[in-house]
Amino acid sequence: MTDQAPPPSLYAAREPIFPRRVSGAFRNLKWVILAVTLGIYYLVPWIRWDRGPSLPDQAVLLDLANRRFYFFWIEIWSHEFYFVAGLLIMAGLGLFLFTSALGRVWCGYACPQTVWTDLFILVERWVEGDRNARLRLHRQKKMDARKLRLRLTKWLLWLLIAVATGGAWVFYFADAPTLMVDLFTGQAHSVAYGTAAFLTATTFVFGGFMREQICIYACPWPRIQAAMMDEDTLTVAYRDWRGEPRKHSQEAKTEPMGDCIDCMACVNVCPMGIDIRDGQQMECITCALCIDACDDVMERIGKPRGLIDYIALSDETLEREGNAPRPTWRHIFRPRTMLYTALWGGVGVALIIALFIRADIEMTVAPVRNPTFVTLSDGSIRNTYDIRLRNKNNDERLFRIFALGDPALRIQLEGTPYASVPVAADTSHLQRVYVIAPPGSDPANGARTDLRFWVEDLSNGDRAYRDSSFTGKGDVQ
Amino acid sequence: MSKIPPKQEGDPNTTGHSWDGIEEFDNPMPRWWLWTFYATILWGVIYTIAYPAWPLVSSATAGLLGYSTRAEVAAEIAAVEEANAGINVQLASTELTEIASDATLNGYAVSAGAAVFRTWCAQCHGSGAAGFKGYPNLLDDDWLWGGDIEAIHTTISHGIRNEEDDDARYSEMPAFGEILEEEEIAQVVNYVLELSGAEADPALAGPGAEVFADNCSACHGENGMGDREQGAPNLSDAIWLYGGDAETLTETVTYSRYGVMPPWTQRLTEAQIRAVSLYVHQLGGGE
Repeated sequence: MTDQAPPPSLYAAREPIFPRRVSGAFRNLKWVILAVTLGIYYLVPWIRWDRGPSLPDQAVLLDLANRRFYFFWIEIWSHEFYFVAGLLIMAGLGLFLFTSALGRVWCGYACPQTVWTDLFILVERWVEGDRNARLRLHRQKKMDARKLRLRLTKWLLWLLIAVATGGAWVFYFADAPTLMVDLFTGQAHSVAYGTAAFLTATTFVFGGFMREQICIYACPWPRIQAAMMDEDTLTVAYRDWRGEPRKHSQEAKTEPMGDCIDCMACVNVCPMGIDIRDGQQMECITCALCIDACDDVMERIGKPRGLIDYIALSDETLEREGNAPRPTWRHIFRPRTMLYTALWGGVGVALIIALFIRADIEMTVAPVRNPTFVTLSDGSIRNTYDIRLRNKNNDERLFRIFALGDPALRIQLEGTPYASVPVAADTSHLQRVYVIAPPGSDPANGARTDLRFWVEDLSNGDRAYRDSSFTGKGDVQ
Repeated sequence: MSKIPPKQEGDPNTTGHSWDGIEEFDNPMPRWWLWTFYATILWGVIYTIAYPAWPLVSSATAGLLGYSTRAEVAAEIAAVEEANAGINVQLASTELTEIASDATLNGYAVSAGAAVFRTWCAQCHGSGAAGFKGYPNLLDDDWLWGGDIEAIHTTISHGIRNEEDDDARYSEMPAFGEILEEEEIAQVVNYVLELSGAEADPALAGPGAEVFADNCSACHGENGMGDREQGAPNLSDAIWLYGGDAETLTETVTYSRYGVMPPWTQRLTEAQIRAVSLYVHQLGGGE
């Protein structure tokens, strides 16, 4: 047994990947998406939006300290967090839809990991040159002045991007211009520095060094996506029935050659370091750069484009039998995608309706149950209610509170002889309200009497109501 | 596109698992993952040295950083107390009757008073201040010693029928079992029932009026309206501290009652006492 080969190592070092520059339709699309998504991320906190003197003028602001979320003309309070939940559901359903129609299109085009890695590779190529130059630099063992200069320049540029990325994140949570000054003068809160430093570190490491390792080993989404793909999902694939046998392969000497000239262009441009000609692999993020690379080669050797292409599995069978593939729209419009679209649209419509019908006058009524009622000297029965009034306007408003139910009931507000209370702009006010039933009246002797509280804005007559009940001294059945 | 790639030189071994012809590669883990794993172990070791961790016989290792959750809480409490120091001074020095008109000060006092109440008062008066038998309900409009802010403040400061504070509110009802005959007690009980509008035996209540005038009216007043100067309850209203039925009233008259309350100046600061006074005052019965 001594001559047996040693067992293979349980661990392997990362194989560095040097993606070659490529141009083409998908590369251009990716540049546009990169510019748009990064532009949104870095610039949105700087957009101003006038909301009057008492409210922040930042268009998008997550004001955690005051529990307010501002999105342009929309203002969401913490008790309306279901809007955020709704948006997350829409985001989830949107991912389902795109994955079932176009495979890992999120991974390939829009995922922050992909976008920032793309940006970092762009910087890398700009500083150190294209694939071959980078390979040479990598293989050069000696750290001479040139290599050191190139490496340091690259890392410095990466770090600048990383700092900008980590810094931009915190601007969503506080007034951006103020925080910017505070960050540079050392005045900002330690949480702002900590968050910015953490995101700087993750951006630098994930974009510069981890890259495809994050997608392969850290991210759960690729594994989940498999459940949403089927034979109609369009995905990046190699038409091996057209390409094989390759020019340099053994079979090529005896059989008629396929279209693939084994130029390795598709492999060299791949940011995940795989060979798409081996079939679908878990590493593939469907960024489609191999399509661009191969189309370019096919054009130059005078062969039709599309040796590597977006193909659905169901088309493979057709194409192998020499039939034309089904049109793309047939793959995209199918029950599954239509169901996802319907669900996505349904949640979206529900959210928009909820947003437009929500009143800017709101009330919640919490009957005090400790104790359920109080007997007063003259034998009256009194119930207490905590009524929270929310004024979502930018002006102070005067709210009148009244209750409708049994005519014997009388209402009284704690701390004021009046029937109305002022509520300051953009705040909520907790008002204790007493409802009193005279001795011997039905609500006083009964167990429970229905009651409806109304709140009315005295300036414009806007009203809202909440149903509650009055507890008397009678036994509850 | 969906073919199984041909076995190549240098391909990893398979684990031997096979599902519907799909084999599982025995791929190596990335080495950085291993280093991350070692780093977490190292982090764990350093953490247990830096922070309290290892249990000893009667305590635990303190950790090099000297961190303690108790010290952190103490520091937080100290910070809050320091932050509130200014407003507490203001609360303790402002005229009691003026506080309610200062919205900020009043808001602070009521919130702070609610906390004081739940800590020190809820044991007897209940967390909702509704009281129990023998412990007054603070929500209603009936007060033994007065329900304006100053009266409430005095009661809380000095307490009731205690030995510790010379300024404690003090009154004592005699145990009439030693003074009156049983029949006289029955008569006066029925008179009191009549006073409060409850059902009573007119045959007993009639002579009860005379017993009441001779023995009770000095404190409870001619019409049983009570006297706040002496802490004598109003017997004509719908509120009873111990119960308003004939049996309980007989017990009260025969043996008397002796409810006590501690003087809070000895345990709470003036600002706390004022805070809880204002809290009680705004519960619904304040005058």
